[in-house]
Amino acid sequence: MPLSDSFFGQKFGITEPDLESYLSEALGAGGDYADLYFEYLATSQLSVDEGIVKSAVQGVSLGVGVRVIAGERTGYAYSDDLNPEKIRKAARVAACIASGPSKVDKTGLHGEARRRDLYSLVTPPTETSLAQRVELVKRADRAARAADRRVFQVQASYADSLRDVLVATSDGVLSTDRQPLARLGVSVLAREGEGGVAQRGYSGGGGRVGLEFFEIEKTPEHFAREAVRQAIVQLGAAPAPAGEMTVVLGPGWPGVLLHEAVGHGLEADFNRKNVSAFSGRIGQLVASPLCTVIDDGTMLNRRGSLNVDDEGAATQENVLIEKGVLRGYLFDKLSSRLLGSRTTGSGRRESYQHIPMPRMTNTFMLAGESDPQDIIRSTSRGLYCANFGGGQVDITSGNFVFSASESYLIEDGRITRPVRGAMLTGNGPEALKHVSMVGHDLKLDEGMGICGKEGQSVPVGVGIPTIKIDRMTVGGTAGD
Amino acid sequence: MIDRELASHAVRLALDRGATDAECTLAEGEEFSAQVRMRALETLKDAGSRRAGLRVLVGKRVGSAHTSDLSSAGVRQMVESALAIAAISTEDPYADLPDAAELGMLTGDLQLYSDDVQNIDTPARIQAALETEEAAFSWDPRITNSEGASFSAYTGERVFANSRGFLGSYRTSSCSLSATPVARQGQAMERDFWYSSARSHSKLESPAAVGRRAAERTVRRLGARKVPTQKVPVIFDSVTARSLIGNIFEAVEGDSIYRNASFLAGKLGERVASENVTVIDDGCLPGLFGTSPFDDEGVPSRRTVVIDRGVLRSYLLNSYTARKLGLLTTGNAARGITGNAGVGHGNFYLQNGDRPPEELIRGIRQGLYVTELIGHGVNIVTGDYSRGAAGLWIENGEFAYPVSEITIAANLQQMLLDVEAAGSDLEFRGSVASPTLLIREMTVSGS
Repeated sequence: MPLSDSFFGQKFGITEPDLESYLSEALGAGGDYADLYFEYLATSQLSVDEGIVKSAVQGVSLGVGVRVIAGERTGYAYSDDLNPEKIRKAARVAACIASGPSKVDKTGLHGEARRRDLYSLVTPPTETSLAQRVELVKRADRAARAADRRVFQVQASYADSLRDVLVATSDGVLSTDRQPLARLGVSVLAREGEGGVAQRGYSGGGGRVGLEFFEIEKTPEHFAREAVRQAIVQLGAAPAPAGEMTVVLGPGWPGVLLHEAVGHGLEADFNRKNVSAFSGRIGQLVASPLCTVIDDGTMLNRRGSLNVDDEGAATQENVLIEKGVLRGYLFDKLSSRLLGSRTTGSGRRESYQHIPMPRMTNTFMLAGESDPQDIIRSTSRGLYCANFGGGQVDITSGNFVFSASESYLIEDGRITRPVRGAMLTGNGPEALKHVSMVGHDLKLDEGMGICGKEGQSVPVGVGIPTIKIDRMTVGGTAGD
Repeated sequence: MIDRELASHAVRLALDRGATDAECTLAEGEEFSAQVRMRALETLKDAGSRRAGLRVLVGKRVGSAHTSDLSSAGVRQMVESALAIAAISTEDPYADLPDAAELGMLTGDLQLYSDDVQNIDTPARIQAALETEEAAFSWDPRITNSEGASFSAYTGERVFANSRGFLGSYRTSSCSLSATPVARQGQAMERDFWYSSARSHSKLESPAAVGRRAAERTVRRLGARKVPTQKVPVIFDSVTARSLIGNIFEAVEGDSIYRNASFLAGKLGERVASENVTVIDDGCLPGLFGTSPFDDEGVPSRRTVVIDRGVLRSYLLNSYTARKLGLLTTGNAARGITGNAGVGHGNFYLQNGDRPPEELIRGIRQGLYVTELIGHGVNIVTGDYSRGAAGLWIENGEFAYPVSEITIAANLQQMLLDVEAAGSDLEFRGSVASPTLLIREMTVSGS
């Protein structure tokens, strides 16, 4: 698409000569590379709480970030005003990082031929009527209340955004993208009678989708019933066990294990600095040969997908671990320049106010050959985890945790009683070596992941088939 | 400086366009950070931004909007957007603003802003970061790598106006110095960090002190092992105790109380903790990060005793949760720049005990001293508590060896009753603070 037809060309009259002059200004004090990231973000959030549309917010945010790289140094500035003088001023501030003559051969900007559109939508949700979106949330609220008489609090929420971006770089990349994102979630509290102990259930999902996704694929009623089911399961749950045991992860959202145990440790910024437990281990066995782990930013309509990353590079499928062997890291431009590698399309940022860094997109394990039922039958005593809350990792020691929001004891090859409050902990390069079975039932999560790193949040996806880990520490309270 | 009139103008415009009440927040901020790594400058960031947020009531219907476009066209669009939202909302009988009589602000100098934060030039800021990292390197030869050290500074202003006659603003400043060293011993690597932050540059700890403490915290983790699963006494150092105090806040804030989503809901006047636990929220202490002249609804900040020697005395409320519970606001409204206000805290802390932390440690025959918590394993509804931990193992009153890859678990309700002692080492490094805490017993999960 010619720049003149793009969002920023049309709405703000930005031209290629403008962009080239800002880049020249950014490289005015030297520097090896400069880029501009223009962002216009429109957001809506709606929630039905206690049966009432209590809170709804619409907002717009506009700005441009200017980055200059000189060797290992980065200078960054931004402006929330697209007035040319303001952009030039930001460029001069970012340029302060460099000193000396510019080492950049000037190349003209060239738009990249669009190879694909991973989220071409008839209508982005942000541009549909508010009433239509409110109705989705009301449906979720009604369905949750109707699902079980023990439900006494329901909060249903919906959020969408439409992000228009333009990236222009001193090495000639000019790319634009329009990135929709939508998510519907339901949180419920249930209890047995007035005085009973309350338990929470949550379910949600979405992606880079239009409203029809919530009409056809994953309806408000689906999320509502799932949230209620989880809360009701918790009502009958006993305290989780404590100590080392066999853990079976169910398919889908438990893939957050890969995100924490492996993914973060393979981001190239940590490896450039040699501070990851995975540093210098390419080619080594870091998981059982049953494990192949992929990070793929090109999956249609997925929450973690992008046509181009936030540095204007095309996203791609990256093999992180192949049959247990560590194959590659996730690179952004800076780390690929410094490590003499190619970017893997993994440069992401929260907004124009943030410096890009290597991040995951959709991270999952390929399906294996085992029947999920056989995996459970083969386990004499252990824990089955069907759903998770969040997790966290210390990438240097490699130690990670993640908390199971729905889990059950496995006794004599059968799933028996639900338990609550189970926290799992392990060490990244070691944990996956204990994987002894991988199911054929790969499932991706329903689209609600948010990943935080150094204060920046970005949407991500995860997925995993049923897997059996022979040894992992479970942190509950129940004595043996 | 932002034009305070812009906030009043947006409120008036909303009323002209049909709102019965309106409140507007303007926020402006300038951020600077210098990050160094391996003795060289790595990143400089220097920028500022402004935003406006509006919340309107049309009768009992509410709508909110925000924008980064503060031009008159941008403000008009924000007003229309908020009104459009209100039109599709449902009547909420509890939706309102605080009464005019509840509005107001603290007077006098709260020491929230200091010029010295802006007056230091960039080379001096970079130098401070370099000295911090150097102090960590020189403390111990096993510190061979670094995730860097940084100096950051922030100045900002916040304006709030509403249709009940409130117009107020205040400026804040802050600066901080931090370091994240990496230590190696054989194949094992560990990192930790330390920082100092203050509203005035003159109150910041020295680069040498910050770097050294970061190095000490990192090196003492080397050689960490797992311990067998067992029940033992657990001491939270003053850093990890803060997160425990943060959990208490989540359990007493009005939103989880009126929803019955807290294990402390309905327990006003009851014993919920041991006699060693007195928890206070104070938004009035000069120069601290939890201090402000008024909350995000225009109600003056104040001091509230939340737990008095183990007895729950007060929840923390904004005007909405107060109306829901038939109580009065405690001046704890908090929000970004728009939307219905949530509940926040001022300086929220557990009061000092009378014994130094060393004495608490000496009294333990076998137990865990926790220096790091990771993960999100706290359920405020039930009190179920299970988190990843790292720290030092205590044997016969002394540190024996570091431990990691373990979890600690119990129920928060029981943990509060089991606080056997609070140390005498309370200090404010942020808006939540606690002295060292000794908990009688928790389950440590390891091998």
